Amino acid sequence: MTSATEAGVPPAPASPKSRKSVTGTRRTVAVLFLLPALVLLGALVVYPIGYSLVRSFYNQSGDGFAGFDNYKALFTDDGILTALKNNVIWVVFAPTISTALGLIFAVLTERIRWGTAFKLLVFMPMAISMLAAGIIFRLVYDQDPDKGFANAVWVGVHDTFAQSSSFPKAHPGRNSPLVAQGGGFVTKATVHTGGTVTLPLVGVAPDQMPSDAKKAVAPQADPGRITGTTWQDFTRGKGVGTLGGVDPSELGYPGMKIEAVKDGKVVETVKAGDDGTFSFSEKANGAQLRLPASNFREAYNGVDWLGPSLVTPSIIGSYIWMWAGFAMVLIAAGLAGIPRELLEAARVDGASEWQVFRRVTVPLLAPVLAVVVVTLMINVLKIFDLVYIIAPGSSRDDANVLALELYLKGFSEDQPGIASAISVFLLLLVIPVMWFNIRRLRREVRR
Amino acid sequence: MTTHAERLPETASAGDAKAKRSLGSRLVERVSGGVISVLLVLVGLFWLVPTLGLLISSLRGPGDIATSGWWTVFTEPSQLTLDSYDKLLHNSDITHSIINTILITVPATLLVIVIGALAGYAFAWMDFPGRDWWFMAVVGLLVVPVQVALIPIAELFGKIGLFGNIFGVVLFHTGFGLPFAVFLLRNFFAEIPRELLEAARLDGAGELRLFARVVLPLGAPAIASLGIFQFLWVWNDMLIALVFTDADSQPITVALQTQVRAFAANVDILAPGAFISMVIPLIVFFAFQRQFVSGVMAGAVK
Repeated sequence: MTSATEAGVPPAPASPKSRKSVTGTRRTVAVLFLLPALVLLGALVVYPIGYSLVRSFYNQSGDGFAGFDNYKALFTDDGILTALKNNVIWVVFAPTISTALGLIFAVLTERIRWGTAFKLLVFMPMAISMLAAGIIFRLVYDQDPDKGFANAVWVGVHDTFAQSSSFPKAHPGRNSPLVAQGGGFVTKATVHTGGTVTLPLVGVAPDQMPSDAKKAVAPQADPGRITGTTWQDFTRGKGVGTLGGVDPSELGYPGMKIEAVKDGKVVETVKAGDDGTFSFSEKANGAQLRLPASNFREAYNGVDWLGPSLVTPSIIGSYIWMWAGFAMVLIAAGLAGIPRELLEAARVDGASEWQVFRRVTVPLLAPVLAVVVVTLMINVLKIFDLVYIIAPGSSRDDANVLALELYLKGFSEDQPGIASAISVFLLLLVIPVMWFNIRRLRREVRR
Repeated sequence: MTTHAERLPETASAGDAKAKRSLGSRLVERVSGGVISVLLVLVGLFWLVPTLGLLISSLRGPGDIATSGWWTVFTEPSQLTLDSYDKLLHNSDITHSIINTILITVPATLLVIVIGALAGYAFAWMDFPGRDWWFMAVVGLLVVPVQVALIPIAELFGKIGLFGNIFGVVLFHTGFGLPFAVFLLRNFFAEIPRELLEAARLDGAGELRLFARVVLPLGAPAIASLGIFQFLWVWNDMLIALVFTDADSQPITVALQTQVRAFAANVDILAPGAFISMVIPLIVFFAFQRQFVSGVMAGAVK
């Protein structure tokens, strides 16, 4: 609104000029010019305000006075409370992050040659509907890392730093020497130098076996050491495979981590070779062998972006994607208005780029930043489409916002009284901005 | 200065310190310029990838969508197909809703321009009592949330038979587009030099002629901004149409949102549908960037 002037509209004249009619208009003509606008505004904007105000004090059916009951519901109804809480999160984070990003982009694009192309790209989402943006981000946030881009990237990064296990489904078969313990498995008996151990497991599908797995080799006794094999003990019906024995068709578990545990302390750790064989030194004499839980952890599946706890931040992320460009364009326009000499003077005085930004640029941009933040706050207060589209049914209650609650109460739960109270509440929240707009206009008109 | 410092490196004195620093700071500038470029390329990708994902998804068959990510087309380009679009354009619900979108958007844009321009001119150049007060009242309405009007207008339209009707939606959009239209146009018209209007008046132009022959042409830039802004606003709206249209009058946004409940099963409708709904706004956006930007900036607090 302030920016009508920045927007290519000629600046206000310096000296007050008369805008008295040049034709000496008759009143009737003025009325005819104004009538369509005033009738529509009256019927479609002003009348509903009054109607909502009155309706908000009546009960569900509209024939009984309800006092402040509908407003009480605002602060007692669980659904509305969640919506209120989420609206607070929205209003605090979405405008500030969008504006901060817009500021950073506006300042940085000034220094590169392809700044205009960058701005165009970041500003583009402003032109599309929130429905389209919602569909775009439903795809981005798909839980399955094979389909959703956010999780594909996230899992990729995660797996670079944390090895995922190869045997998530492996477990002891019948008559196994192993028992479950804390997500892993431990031998019932202790092991002794010179002896051999077999640690058979089952349950890894053939196509899930690591590609480096080789044919399992039965352990060979070694006088000074403890040797053993861990492998996929594939037994099926009669005659195919021996239970607990290494058969020629079976594969070892390459890289399986095995710990020797004495009195609850790990004394030695080894990894099985490609053929599943491993060997402990005599330190492990008398220890139990443990296959720790890390061998069996489920493959990392990424983040549940649209689950109950992350759904609101995720949708806010998509909002920022849409609106950071708006902040950037407005701030860039403000930036273009800052006299270059001021920045140069600060640099000549030895200020670092950061100091120039912090002490000169940001304070000079403060009015623009304020307009951007306030605009986005008003916008976010009414956020509806993105939440309606992106939040899946299972977490919609957790993502609820006031505008959505108003829609549901008014049009699917048949609670027009409460819906009206919500709308009056929204209106109250924007009244300071309304007042601010009128005041600054009055100054302009009087000038 | 640099050459000086290079020539006499062994006698670097206090006087050379400045030269060295400028060399150093230039180096820092170079490096930071590179860092900024890399950073912005990454950010740019971040902004591009979601839309790219939608576009590519819309060009894959439902089988591929259900089993793998859209990025696999880069290794298997054979997945690309226009089947989803073909199916979509033979879906009469969707094609009908695209026509509805146009039938809603075009009149709602034109009406706002015409009615807003008439009132804007009156507020700028006509004499009547309380002119500035009336204008301030209109400006006060700029930030009224549309949500306030949903229930009352739904009841009102229900009574007068405009509910579930394209005309009702057009009317609603016009009403809520007017405060901004009047605000923007009045401010622009007020800057038209008085002499131009007086000259036209002396040539014998009446009020209506003055408006049509002088004010409208001179106000074209503001009218263009307003038109593009309102066009995109109405085209992209979902909430108002969701409330006021029925199955027969719903625009594309509403038609698509009914498919969102079973998102995974309907990606082959939603992805191409969303992309088709974006095409016109994107063309308008790229063709009229300047006007769009000024419209958006003028409408900042809306």
